[in-house]
Amino acid sequence: MQSSDKLVIGGVELESRLFIGTGKYPDDALIPAVCEASASQVITVAMRRVDKGGSGVMGHIPPSMRLLPNTSGARSAEEAVRLARLARAAGCGNWIKIEVISDTRYLLPDGYETAKATEILAREGFTVLPYINPDLYVARACVDAGAAAVMPLGAPIGTNRGLRTKEMLAVLIEEIDLPVVVDAGIGRPSHACEAMEMGADACLVNTGIASSSDPVVMAGAFRRAVEAGRAAFLAGAGAVQTGKAIASSPLTGFLR
Amino acid sequence: MRIIINGENEEIQEGITLLELISGRGLDPRTVVAELNRNIIAGEDFAAVRLNPDDSLELLHFVGGG
Repeated sequence: MQSSDKLVIGGVELESRLFIGTGKYPDDALIPAVCEASASQVITVAMRRVDKGGSGVMGHIPPSMRLLPNTSGARSAEEAVRLARLARAAGCGNWIKIEVISDTRYLLPDGYETAKATEILAREGFTVLPYINPDLYVARACVDAGAAAVMPLGAPIGTNRGLRTKEMLAVLIEEIDLPVVVDAGIGRPSHACEAMEMGADACLVNTGIASSSDPVVMAGAFRRAVEAGRAAFLAGAGAVQTGKAIASSPLTGFLR
Repeated sequence: MRIIINGENEEIQEGITLLELISGRGLDPRTVVAELNRNIIAGEDFAAVRLNPDDSLELLHFVGGG
């Protein structure tokens, strides 16, 4: 991989194109080893009311990681903006993943409210990464609203079903000039590799790692898959040939 | 006096500061974000802010999420 192949989001250069999450680990104490094995530089967290005596997740996140708080729990742009401002007040930077969801069955993001929140927060100086359906018009609305990247879903959150939205993701990769980070639904390294081969700029993987029987080993597998997919995209895949086989070995000089 | 903390009515000591309340609940003030009557209170102001009857306080922190 060329060392000059960096992902830039909100003016920040990233070597790693794998973003990871902190939800659903069997034990949060695994998180430092997952960070190391993944070589990721960006990690998501959620914000919730404290329990008495609860310690939260921050104690498990290596200080070198860039925090990407999400606005999960927000059902409207207003609630997302409120959560984003609180997250910034925690003193962990100005990156925010906008997540506005009012449908609790499928957890699909509300594009209209997401674009509204993006506009308000971008104006306030946040680096805004909206989680969206891979819809061209929603993505364009987020671009116009000042997003730093778009994060379209591959499949519903937490399902590990892979790139069910592949055709639409391809449209966004083609049409949107901001980084495209495929988020949600990526359950296996092959899914992440496929997204990167298509030209996605990065993948965000939480459940695919956390729900594995061995999250640390799986984090390493995702790291290599994302790197392989990126290298393949940069190399350019050979053309697909239809019809008959085309020999790879010479068709002359046979031993007879 | 009564205030609302994270949506629940609670009886707290008269005149205590936000920092005293947070520390008294066994929380590390460096990991807690506070919103008092819909206004965000910066961590460095926790010691200066005194709570008043009928205040509505939200105390949040980062938890695991994707």
